Amino acid sequence: MTESLTIVAYLGAAILFILSLGGLSNPETARRGNVYGIVGMAIAVLATVFGPRVTLAAGLPWIAGAMAVGASIGLYAARVVKMTQMPELVALMHSLVGLAACLVGFASYIDTSIAYTGVEKTIHEVEIYIGILIGAVTFSGSVIAFGKLSGKIGGKPMLIPGRHWLNLVGLLVVIWYGREFVLAPDIATGMLPLIVMTVIALLFGVHMVMAIGGADMPVVVSMLNSYSGWAAAATGFMLSNDLLIVTGALVGSSGAILSYIMCRAMNRNFISVIAGGFGTGEGAKPAAAGAQPAGEVTAVSAQETAELLKESKNVIIVPGYGMAVAQAQHTVYEITTLLRGKGVNVRFGIHPVAGRMPGHMNVLLAEAKVPYDIVLEMDELNDDFPDTDVAMVIGANDIVNPAAEDDPASPIAGMPVLQVWKAKTSIVMKRSMASGYAGVDNPLFYKDNNRMLFGDAKKMLDEVLAALKG
Amino acid sequence: MALTIGVPKETFAGEKRVATVPDVVEKLIKLGFAVAVESGAGAAANCADDTYRAAGAEIATDAAALWGRCDIVFKVRPPSLAEVALMKEGGALTGFVWPAQNPDLMQALAAKKATVLAIDCLPRMLSRAQKMDALTSMAGISGYRAVIEAANAFGRFFAGQITAAGKVPPAKVFIAGAGVAGLAAIGTAAGLGAIVRANDTRAEVADQVKSMGGEFVKVDYEEEGSGGGGYAKVMSEGFQAAQRAMYAQQAREVDIIITTALIPGKPAPRLITAEMVQSMKPGSVIVDMAAEQGGNCELTVPGEAVVKHGVTIVGYTDLPSRLAKQSSTLYASNLFRLTEELVKTKSADPAAGSFVPNFEDDAIRGLTVLKAGELTWPAPAPNLPAPPPLKAATAPAEKKSAHGHGSSGPMPVQTLAVLSVLGALAFWFVGAYAPASFLGHFTVFVLACFVGYMVVWNVTPALHTPLMSVTNAISSIICVGALVQVAPPLAEAGGRPDGLILALAVFGVGLTAINMFGGFAVTRRMLAMFRK
Repeated sequence: MTESLTIVAYLGAAILFILSLGGLSNPETARRGNVYGIVGMAIAVLATVFGPRVTLAAGLPWIAGAMAVGASIGLYAARVVKMTQMPELVALMHSLVGLAACLVGFASYIDTSIAYTGVEKTIHEVEIYIGILIGAVTFSGSVIAFGKLSGKIGGKPMLIPGRHWLNLVGLLVVIWYGREFVLAPDIATGMLPLIVMTVIALLFGVHMVMAIGGADMPVVVSMLNSYSGWAAAATGFMLSNDLLIVTGALVGSSGAILSYIMCRAMNRNFISVIAGGFGTGEGAKPAAAGAQPAGEVTAVSAQETAELLKESKNVIIVPGYGMAVAQAQHTVYEITTLLRGKGVNVRFGIHPVAGRMPGHMNVLLAEAKVPYDIVLEMDELNDDFPDTDVAMVIGANDIVNPAAEDDPASPIAGMPVLQVWKAKTSIVMKRSMASGYAGVDNPLFYKDNNRMLFGDAKKMLDEVLAALKG
Repeated sequence: MALTIGVPKETFAGEKRVATVPDVVEKLIKLGFAVAVESGAGAAANCADDTYRAAGAEIATDAAALWGRCDIVFKVRPPSLAEVALMKEGGALTGFVWPAQNPDLMQALAAKKATVLAIDCLPRMLSRAQKMDALTSMAGISGYRAVIEAANAFGRFFAGQITAAGKVPPAKVFIAGAGVAGLAAIGTAAGLGAIVRANDTRAEVADQVKSMGGEFVKVDYEEEGSGGGGYAKVMSEGFQAAQRAMYAQQAREVDIIITTALIPGKPAPRLITAEMVQSMKPGSVIVDMAAEQGGNCELTVPGEAVVKHGVTIVGYTDLPSRLAKQSSTLYASNLFRLTEELVKTKSADPAAGSFVPNFEDDAIRGLTVLKAGELTWPAPAPNLPAPPPLKAATAPAEKKSAHGHGSSGPMPVQTLAVLSVLGALAFWFVGAYAPASFLGHFTVFVLACFVGYMVVWNVTPALHTPLMSVTNAISSIICVGALVQVAPPLAEAGGRPDGLILALAVFGVGLTAINMFGGFAVTRRMLAMFRK
């Protein structure tokens, strides 16, 4: 295959990737979008392997072997992963991209076969330096995110005193060594700055994600998604490969937009998230903030909940991370079908940051076979609560907290929330009266029209289901 | 000597209302006033003299005795000149006065050095004034009664029914003008089971129409018809033509038309022409609530119900009076709220027996048309911003378009300017120092960022997780970078640590392969679950 053919093949692949992302705009075309992605990737890999940059005889066995091993691990992981574990899997995969970017960067640096001079050499080295930097941050950050999401590392934010200064010093050191690296006369002397920078980048990645609380994980996951794209783009610059640049930029901007959407849904500043310095104000504030809600909490039984549901015409279910933890989505589905069978209009209201990654709740409900046309976004049904008889909140807290709207002193003030308290009755399923991740008490629980159903979501929903059937 | 409030019997022919009811008498006495009621004043509104007496009022035997001794007279209709003649010099009067329509009456009252509070001149835009707004409460009653009159004249059910004897279609009601009366009519007709449509020149009332159970019929013409103060204004020629076409069509389709269109200080607009009446089905009914101002229908005879071209046209001008008990009760509480306000603003001091309207208060200033015989009408407009027109209608629409499309509204100009300058500087810097080969890649990179930006905004939030896993799979394109390092053709150049690079590259290929296959497979698995 000639150089030109390869480039044309790359162009085709790039177009297919764009179509792939475009296809995800709606569930009907999403499957086709995924196929576009697969085809594009296949074209890109084949064009490279059979292109002029790879000598087939020497390379093919290695490539085939590595691909086979990687493919089997990947396919196995994709088969066994539970839908509730999706965030972990995605985070882990991001780390692989980051690590690969580092490896390619180092390999490119020690490769003397392509010689650059003058400005081109400088640019090439800067590209290597930046590529490895982003790759390393992505790698360590994603590993920590994986640890946090899978519960192997505690969800509480770990805050080192003076951490912003620490980051700043790290940045200065990285810039200083970058200069050293570019000025280094040969590979041996350039290696030290490169390795020092890599270590700092790895530490920075760890530090950044460690400092972030559990509720902010959707932002972190999409941000790492963005970083992995930028790492690929930087590698593309390093290797003068337009396909890598295009694809990296697509993934990078996609992740950036997702994190922006998440930030907006939580009323946070995008810049402070990108810089990795967020989720900090909250640890200290809650105690002082806002008036303590007063009033009685009214508990109900599963039996009474079933009665309420049976007598209502419009029901909105608001799921949160608690539903995922309890694996209750299948029971939710059964209750939904039962109620819909009785002519009750059941819909789902999804807050953009419900769960641990963007769209987490949608995937869980889809897994439980809930039709996607009754699963609506917050903006789509927030106005419908006044006409709703029962709003059922399953394992969610901060995303239904009226304090975000009413109490300017609340740490989550200004965050858009689902207005479940406007429904005739709201039922909150929760293990206890503990506050959510933001550490804010929820005045919803004390409202006159609110009922609490205490207990494990799965167990309680099973009882509700039994009562509905009986 | 406490101020005495007098309630005479209404003298206008057929008027059954009375300006206060026994329940309110009690409250007025609590405020410190004495109350005198003319004998038989409330008889037509089911309020016997005895009940007034029980509430603490004095009963005056005739009008002359009452008018002569009372400091403040509560009326419903504007007083006749004969009544004004009975009035105490320097006394006060409250009720509907319509100063614009009744110049003679105003002169007579001025000659008596009277202080007159015209309830029809209340500045309705003050939210504080709503409790005193008798126009609104009377209009609501008229709207209700108009539907009842229509039902009475209409030969069929309002609600559609399927009976053993066959199917009954629901009545179709069209209501012109969705003010207070119109909305009350919509609610009443919808409550009876009719299909209700309504139109108003003010587009912002469409939501109110819907909330009352009606369907808003738009005129196919762009013009804003809000004339301030919750009233409509006169519309342009083009609009009126489009409106006529719409009315003509409605006339052919519906069974009942109720018109409520009024423009303050002008004769009622002619909405329903004789041809339109002719085009209606026989047995149809028109209730013209604007009959007193000349009527919205050409064939209306004010004060009467007539049958023309087989259509009953009801032009009663006394709709509130036909519901005397209800309208008296509401009117009495409006006047009571006004009295309360008078006491609060120290305009009236029942104990000291003084009554001087306090002009500091916007509501009282607006109401007062004569102050001790001195003309104070029309009052200067209270300092109130006009309601933002159409806000309610457009705001949700904007929200909808912004949703799912990130950037809500255009960026502020300053931000945009700063960003442009920064962008230009960055581009200049790159252009000045970077070599051509880099620029090619840079161009591709920037354009790709924009493509990504445009494409991803369209992704529905429900698919954010699949989006992340697919982009994750796609980012394993970095595999290509590793692939070209495995065995490049230039390997014999010498000095290249082949073994090490090979190891790194093969490891890299392996890692990205996990990502590639795993990512696409898991996306596939997820997407397969999304179903309708």
